[in-house]
Amino acid sequence: MATVSVRNVWKEYGAQVVLENVRLEIADHEFVTIVGASGCGKTTFLKMLLGMEQPSRGQILIDGVPIRPEPDPARGVVFQRYSSFPHLTVLDNVMLGLELAGARLSGKLFGGARRAARAAALATLHSVGLAQACDRYPAQLSGGMQQRMSIAQAVICKPKILLLDEPFGALDPGVTADMHELILKLWAENRMTIFMVSHDIKESFTLGTRLLTFDKLRHDPQAPEAYGASVTYDMPLNRRAAAHLPAAGTPA
Amino acid sequence: MRRLINQHPGRGARLALGVLPFAALLAAYVVASHLRLAENPNDKLLPSLGTIAHTFHAYAFEQDKRTGLVLFWTDTWASLRRISFALLISASSAMLLAITIGVVPRLRALLSPALSTVAMIPPLAVLPILFIVLGLEETSKIALIVIGTAPCIARDLALRVGELPKEQIVKAQTLGASTWQVAVRVVVPQMWPRLIDSLRLSMGATWLFLIAAEAIASTEGLGYRIFLVRRYLAMDVILPYVLWITLLAVTADALLRLLRARAFRWAEPER
Repeated sequence: MATVSVRNVWKEYGAQVVLENVRLEIADHEFVTIVGASGCGKTTFLKMLLGMEQPSRGQILIDGVPIRPEPDPARGVVFQRYSSFPHLTVLDNVMLGLELAGARLSGKLFGGARRAARAAALATLHSVGLAQACDRYPAQLSGGMQQRMSIAQAVICKPKILLLDEPFGALDPGVTADMHELILKLWAENRMTIFMVSHDIKESFTLGTRLLTFDKLRHDPQAPEAYGASVTYDMPLNRRAAAHLPAAGTPA
Repeated sequence: MRRLINQHPGRGARLALGVLPFAALLAAYVVASHLRLAENPNDKLLPSLGTIAHTFHAYAFEQDKRTGLVLFWTDTWASLRRISFALLISASSAMLLAITIGVVPRLRALLSPALSTVAMIPPLAVLPILFIVLGLEETSKIALIVIGTAPCIARDLALRVGELPKEQIVKAQTLGASTWQVAVRVVVPQMWPRLIDSLRLSMGATWLFLIAAEAIASTEGLGYRIFLVRRYLAMDVILPYVLWITLLAVTADALLRLLRARAFRWAEPER
């Protein structure tokens, strides 16, 4: 279960208003895609959901509880780049979340616990199609494989909410199509609520069950920083939800 | 004819070109030494290679009449012991400091200005204080090297920690990492190869401070010996010692490079 309420959220940097009065109610297991011109505040919005940035005013709640003001395992993330740890192999990257949870002091598991975590990580790598690359380092992977690893790394921690910041923006078109399949599969298998920022409108329509566009409602040419962006369109996209949600409509 | 920037020497040519400056230097020395000795057989400034070899043999393979020690190896051992001990302290304290500064903003605010200031103190100016406070024994020499190298290494490493993409730190937190876990699983492992780079770069300073400390107060050590025999213009001792020190530094550099390539394969540039 992960419903998200965004209550009158503003984000200001000094005199510059980035977001104004964003109000949203997001249902459980929604796949929210967010589009907008660059600089419209969509990444800022994602960073606030993540806890990297705090709203200047207003509140964000997950399942009715205000979010922690810092990143935590309830909210997984995949960035466009730098999401992985270059000093760990693919398998160790994916295992990391399990190791951190299992060993508070050393952050490393040993013996049976390690074997169990290894098996779980391998299973997850298998489901993202990366099992054959598990001994390689991230730098030895293609862009698409790196993003698969990043997604596996996030999903293994079973986050309630998965935040994707233009995760496929740097990939070739052919690879992107495979990644779409993958993310929809994982979204259906793990009951997550997904927020994805994208600059690709077609992608946003294909993947989302709900599409948000961010833009400025008011604009003062004399003071362009005076007004911030807000949600200008909020579209339910039910075709995809029907195709990929066998249990759609039935409560979890 | 291709442009110069596109003309790459082959393997053999590269080797020959690399050897050339050494050969030229040696040849120039032999000629100059020959000319001076022809004019005055007692000239001490540019001893012949034969004299150098003879003296070196006496230093490296014969016991000193007064002390009964083989001076060359005694000196080498004394200097290497000081340098490795000092570098061990430097590296570990710099690493600890850099991680603390790089990871915890409050501790950064506390320690970073102090570190930047301490790094600006000329270490040699502190040497008299070290001798007064710590005495003329080993401690003060090691302390000089540590003071001379640790702050720079720490600052360098702290910068490297700062260069880690913020995304990595955020990602680690979304995987449940505590501050401590971010340090031990994300930051420290990525800093080891950087530490090696930093040590390699500070190798010159390390030897500088070692020789400075040994020159002023010591009874053994490579730097001590050079400054001791300087009084007798004993170039036949000084030259092989300088060559030996250079060779030791080059070897240390190569070993560190090898260690980095072997132990931190992930940090090597892709070929």
